[in-house]
Amino acid sequence: MMAGVALSSPATVAEPVDSPSRRAWRRLKKRRGAMFGLIVIVALIALAICADLVSPHDPIKQSYSAVRKAPSLQHWFGTDELGRDVLARIIFGTRASLSAGIISVGIAMLLGVPLGLIAGYCGGFIDALISRFTDAMLACPFLILAIALAAFLGPSLGNAMIAIGVTAMPVFIRLTRGQVMGIAVETYVEAARAIGNPPWRIAVRHILPNVLPQLLVQITLTIASAIIAEASLSFLGLGQQPPAPSWGSMLNSAQRFLTNAPWMAVWPGLSIFISVLAFNLLGDGLRDALDPKNR
Amino acid sequence: MIGLLARRLLQLIPTIFLVSVIIFSLQHLLPGDPALIMAGEEKDPEVIAQIRAQYHLDQPIVLQYLYWVKGVFVGDLGESMRLKQPISELIAQKLPVTLQLASMAMVIALVIGVGMGVLSAVKKGTGWDAAANLFALWGISTPNFWLGIMMIFLFSVQLGWLPASGFVSPFENLSQSLKASIMPAFVLGNSIAGVLMRHTRGAMLQALQSDYVRTARAKGLHEPRVVLHHAMRNALTPIITLGALEFGTLLSGAVLTEQIFSIPGFGKLIVDAVLNRDYAVVQGVVLVTSAVYIVLNLLADIGYILANPRLRA
Repeated sequence: MMAGVALSSPATVAEPVDSPSRRAWRRLKKRRGAMFGLIVIVALIALAICADLVSPHDPIKQSYSAVRKAPSLQHWFGTDELGRDVLARIIFGTRASLSAGIISVGIAMLLGVPLGLIAGYCGGFIDALISRFTDAMLACPFLILAIALAAFLGPSLGNAMIAIGVTAMPVFIRLTRGQVMGIAVETYVEAARAIGNPPWRIAVRHILPNVLPQLLVQITLTIASAIIAEASLSFLGLGQQPPAPSWGSMLNSAQRFLTNAPWMAVWPGLSIFISVLAFNLLGDGLRDALDPKNR
Repeated sequence: MIGLLARRLLQLIPTIFLVSVIIFSLQHLLPGDPALIMAGEEKDPEVIAQIRAQYHLDQPIVLQYLYWVKGVFVGDLGESMRLKQPISELIAQKLPVTLQLASMAMVIALVIGVGMGVLSAVKKGTGWDAAANLFALWGISTPNFWLGIMMIFLFSVQLGWLPASGFVSPFENLSQSLKASIMPAFVLGNSIAGVLMRHTRGAMLQALQSDYVRTARAKGLHEPRVVLHHAMRNALTPIITLGALEFGTLLSGAVLTEQIFSIPGFGKLIVDAVLNRDYAVVQGVVLVTSAVYIVLNLLADIGYILANPRLRA
C-alpha cells in the first residue's frame, strides 16, 4: 500500500524533460529582436519563392516611355533608367541575394566543417597543416580575396557564390576545430571510443551533433556577411549579370542617377540592410539562447 | 617576452609561405591559357609570347612559383598590362592615399565605437544603452557602399556641404583634404565603430563588475574617475589590439568606398584592374594587403604582450 502511494505521489512521477533544442527555442522566443529577424527571414524566403506570383511587373521588361519615373500608384518604388519597375526588380533580387547568402555559406560549411573535424580530431601534423592553411586564408582580407577569386573565375552569380564560399570557409574550419578539440576529451566520446567505434563514426555521430549549436550561430551571421559580399561583388559587376536583377547591381546603376532618381538607390540599399539586419538579429539571439551561461 | 615573440615570428613563416601559394595560384584559376586571357583584346602572337616569357608560363609550375617569389622578394610584382607601369610603383603611389583614409576612418570608429561602448556599459539597461546597441546593429548591418551613396545624396546633392568625390592631399590643403575625406572616412569607419562598440561594452561591463572597481568605489572615488581611470584603462587593452586587426578590414572596405567617392587609392586600383582584366595588378594588391594584414596581426600581438604584464614576465 505504502509503495503504491509513493509511486503515485506527484514527487515521484517523472516530469517530461525538455530536449536541448526545445529549451533553446523557448529562450529564443523570448528575444524580440531574434523573433523579428526570424519573421523577416521567413518573409524574404517566401518572397523569393513566390516572386513570380507577387511581382507586379516583369523585372527585365524595359519601357522607354517610363524611364526614371518617381514612385506612383502604378510603380510603387518608381522605375529605373531603362523604365523597369524597381519593386519587381527588388522582389526578384531577393532570389539572388538569399541564394548567394545560403549557397555560399553551404559551400563554406561543406568544405570547412569536415576539415575542422579532421584537424580537431586527428591533431598532430594534419592539424598543423590545416591550421596553417586556415591562418593563410584568414591573412587575406575577406572582400579583397573574394573580389580576386571572382575576378579570376569570371563574372557570374555562380562564381561569386564560389568566391564568397571559399573565402568564408576558414572561419568554419577554425570554429569546428576549436569545438571538436573541446568535445573530443569529454567522457562520452571516450566511452564511444572504448566500445570500439571507428573514428569517423565518433566524429560524425558523437562530436558533430554537439558542434551544431555553435555552427548554427556562425551560419546565420555568415549569411549576413555573404549577402553584403554578394551585393558588393554585383555592385562591382562581378556577381549577377544584367539584365537579371540583383540589389548590388541596382545600386551600381542608381549611383549614376542620384540627382534625378534617388529612389533607384533607396530601395535596393534598404533591402540589403533589412535582410542583413534580420540575419544579424537572429544570429545574436541564437548566440544568447544557445549560450550555456544563460541557462 | 622575447621567446614569445620569436615563437610568433616562427609561426608566421609557414603562414606567409601558404599565403604566397594561394595568391600565386589565383592566376591558374583563369579558364584556359593564362597568357591568352592576360593579353585580353591583344591577339598578337608576339605579345602573347612576351607575356608567356615574362610570367614564365612556359616553365613547370614549381619554377613559375619560384620565379614569382624571387620577384616578390626584390619588389618586382610584374607590370600592369593596362598602365604599362611596374605594379610595385603603382602600389607605392596608391597605398598612402588608402592608408590616410583608413587612419581617419579608424579615428572616427574609435571615437564613436569606444565612446558609445563605455556609455552603454555605464548606463546599462537605460535608453542610452538601447540607443548604443541599435547604433552598433546599424553599423554592422549597413552596406558601406549604400551608406556612401545616401550620404552623397544628402550632403553633396541636396545640401551642397561636402564634395561628392575626389581626393586632396593634406600636404596640399589641409582644410580641403578634411572636407573631401570626412564623408568617405565616416562611411568606412561606420561598421568598425559598431564592432568596437560591442567589444568595448562587453569589456567595460566585465571591468565594472571586478573587485578593483568595487574597491575604488569603496574608497569613495568619484564615479567618473572610477570609470575613466580604473575600469576603462583595463577594458581598453583588448580594444586596442582589436583596433589593429580591424585596420586590416578597413583596407577591404576601402575597395568600395574609394570606388563610390572616386578616390585614387589602393581600392580603386584593384577595382580598375578587375574591370580591365589586369590580373597581375589584382594579384599584387592581394599580396600587399595580406602582407599589411599579417604585419598588423603581429603588431596587435606585440601590443597585447606589452599591455599585459603577465605575458611580459
